[in-house]
Amino acid sequence: MSVLGAYCAPVVICVIVLCGMFRVQGMFSVFCGGAKEGLRTVASIAPSLIGLITAVEMFKVSGALDVLTSAILPVANILHLPQEVMPLVLLRPITGGGSIAMLDRLLDQYGANSMTGRVACVMCGSSETTFYTTALYFGSVGVKKIRHTLIAALAADLVCTILSGITVGLLF
Amino acid sequence: MLDYIWGLLMLVSFISSAFTGRMEELTQAIFSGGAAAVTLCISLLGTICLWSGLMRVADQAGLIRLVSRVLQPFIRLVFRGLDPDSPAAGAICMNISANVLGLGNAATPFGLQAMRHLSEENQNAPVASDHMITFVVLNTASVQILPTTIGMLRSKYGAANPMDIMPAIWITSILTLIAGLSMNAALCKLRRRRL
Repeated sequence: MSVLGAYCAPVVICVIVLCGMFRVQGMFSVFCGGAKEGLRTVASIAPSLIGLITAVEMFKVSGALDVLTSAILPVANILHLPQEVMPLVLLRPITGGGSIAMLDRLLDQYGANSMTGRVACVMCGSSETTFYTTALYFGSVGVKKIRHTLIAALAADLVCTILSGITVGLLF
Repeated sequence: MLDYIWGLLMLVSFISSAFTGRMEELTQAIFSGGAAAVTLCISLLGTICLWSGLMRVADQAGLIRLVSRVLQPFIRLVFRGLDPDSPAAGAICMNISANVLGLGNAATPFGLQAMRHLSEENQNAPVASDHMITFVVLNTASVQILPTTIGMLRSKYGAANPMDIMPAIWITSILTLIAGLSMNAALCKLRRRRL
């Protein structure tokens, strides 16, 4: 399984490049055009990232996260999750950038092969930034009433949190 | 919605700082937050640009159309009543493929396009349609084959095999997706019964 994992990205790239060589005229300039689009994507999400990350940074140093985290710590024991990942559980639905930054720090502190590091990785890899995605997509088409979107999405996030502890426990 | 979350984050931070005596740290965070975001953007820039470029090549080589054809049964199952050949379904397929490849940010442009098409089918009403909700729920519970960002971070911190985490991510994300979509379907039905 893990060897397969190492092969994945290179194989995808090779398949794309191989097909491109036969079927795409001027493949490299097409690639550069797409990469330029990526530049624009980053530029277009930068303002909201700056606004959201500043708010989240403020939230983190204010101690409010500690209060909330300590409130849900007993939940960590019930779900057999490492206590260190609980701030991530709260942060994950709010900000992708913020939770990647927190994942970065958790891996630095506990190591990539620790239980904490693995659970945090599975959590981040298996869910999206619920509030951000919802706001971005519905905001872009001017929808005001989102009905049951958040209930369904947050239920999925809860399932994700519970399962990340279970799968890491079973597979490692 | 985001207006409230964003505002509340800052207001709660201020109140909490006032009580815990961390006003200086809060001020510091206000000025360092922007810099932190820019640093993050720069570190993500390489990955996003590389995959956006590769996606463009894959699109022109017809690989995306191939993926769309593979995804059609899924589209039929999850988006009942949506024409699988409509531009909305096409954009949804592109968005799913990008997500499946772990390119959350590269999937966003396709996702925005899909929402525009779905909104047109909904006569641009201010109330979300079932398809729109399903699509957003699908995007909040992403399934990825290649979690590239996670792999990059794990190798940065010395994982012997950065991708050995993948089976755990696959199982978790697929079950998460099923949970989200079932919840969504159940709530859709509940609403229809009430009407």
